[in-house]
Amino acid sequence: MKLTSLNATHRKLGAKMVPFAGYEMPLQYEGLLIEHETVRTAVGVFDVSHMGEFILRGKDALALIQKVTSNDAAALTDGKIQYSCLPNGKGGIVDDLLVYRMDGETYMLVVNASNIDKDWAHISGHNTFGVEMENISDRTSLLAVQGPKAAAALQSLTDIPLAQMGYYTFKKGRFAGIDDIVVSATGYTGAGGFEIYFDNGHADHIWNAVFKAGEAFGIKPVGLGARDTLRLEMGFCLYGNDIDDTTSPIEAGLGWITKFNKDFIDREVLVKQKEQGVARKLVGFEMIDRGIPRHDYPIVDAGGDRIGTVTSGTQSPSLKKAIGMGYVAAAHAKVGSEIFISIRDKAIKAVVVRPPFYKG
Amino acid sequence: MNIPAELRYTKEHEWLKLDGDIATIGITDYAQGELGDIVYVEVETVGETLETEEVFGTVEAVKTVSDLFMPVGGEILEYNDGLESDPELVNTDPYGKGWMIKVKVTDLAEIDSLLDAKAYAALIG
Repeated sequence: MKLTSLNATHRKLGAKMVPFAGYEMPLQYEGLLIEHETVRTAVGVFDVSHMGEFILRGKDALALIQKVTSNDAAALTDGKIQYSCLPNGKGGIVDDLLVYRMDGETYMLVVNASNIDKDWAHISGHNTFGVEMENISDRTSLLAVQGPKAAAALQSLTDIPLAQMGYYTFKKGRFAGIDDIVVSATGYTGAGGFEIYFDNGHADHIWNAVFKAGEAFGIKPVGLGARDTLRLEMGFCLYGNDIDDTTSPIEAGLGWITKFNKDFIDREVLVKQKEQGVARKLVGFEMIDRGIPRHDYPIVDAGGDRIGTVTSGTQSPSLKKAIGMGYVAAAHAKVGSEIFISIRDKAIKAVVVRPPFYKG
Repeated sequence: MNIPAELRYTKEHEWLKLDGDIATIGITDYAQGELGDIVYVEVETVGETLETEEVFGTVEAVKTVSDLFMPVGGEILEYNDGLESDPELVNTDPYGKGWMIKVKVTDLAEIDSLLDAKAYAALIG
């Protein structure tokens, strides 16, 4: 089991620790609901140092990224970030990721912890361009400081004008007295805020500085439990649940990050899917009758015939109702379609809706 | 961890309090902590007579769902309908207002096979 640099800090705070993607990570500190609420209304801090980071350098770095990712990385300028995915050559998804353009010949890819080795092997395998690749995951820490008060809470720590930063942009600068910190206006919560990348050696210092600066704003540590409910309220995909090696980006509603103005792995099969349509689609749904959908529960139609499978589900803490995502046969994917979730052998009524579930 | 000495316990983390031949049943402080924030408790077995270890209901937390097992056999007389509007009582008062069902015990001798507080404390370490 790997530990992040903040493991002792989480234990000292009384976090419930769980194994996740090979790391021992905090599931919750005070409680999932209060942590969720903190991020929606104030500011919360997640240690997400388990995430992976690769640096790609060289004059053909963009060419390699264009080949392995589905989105059009040529649209990036310095300081911009893009959500993208790695098609697997069989119509599925190796991983979803963020692509950071540091400069014209240097990019950072941020990948899921559970996929670091798989992604590295996949991208390396396509690196016929002589691009220099460096895996900095093990020496890089990452804090996600999320919530409507995040900019105000952190501003005293940096000269970077945080409130002015556009969504999906980043700046490298001085933060908590340390130079060359990457401050990124991104997150997985829909609550606004920042993700801060730095070397492991600064972890305790930065954690303490962030909590001191945020004290007056009600800052609290937040675990993976609330991270999942927050992302699901936004309808954000979780790799391993909603997308994986067997789901295509078109089926998953990720057509918006699949750009056909360039060549890339699986372009042909995905063009065909886009033009001809897909047999199943990832949809969001809300429960009408009482029950909580969970990963792998069957989805059935009014006659009880199987039409799909739940990929994520929870009681939404913000909306106080049960929500989920799942793949259904295309005929049932329209917003407003009545579907049924099979919960302990009972068909419980739900309706297809368009995410985000939480509209702020 | 709160483990009242006067109650009996199961390996599945239910507790039982006996009054005559009527048992009040709920889940332990440890169990509510492991489940996290509880969203609702579903019991649709009132009026039924169930055997030991049969499922009498389910408890849904935000992150997970868990079956509820009969510590002993008996007829389910009553469900705590206070949990309908305030399921979080299971989190905040698991041995009090968070009780789940009352059961008319079929065979009182079965109570002896349940764990006492000391044995349950040892089980959860």
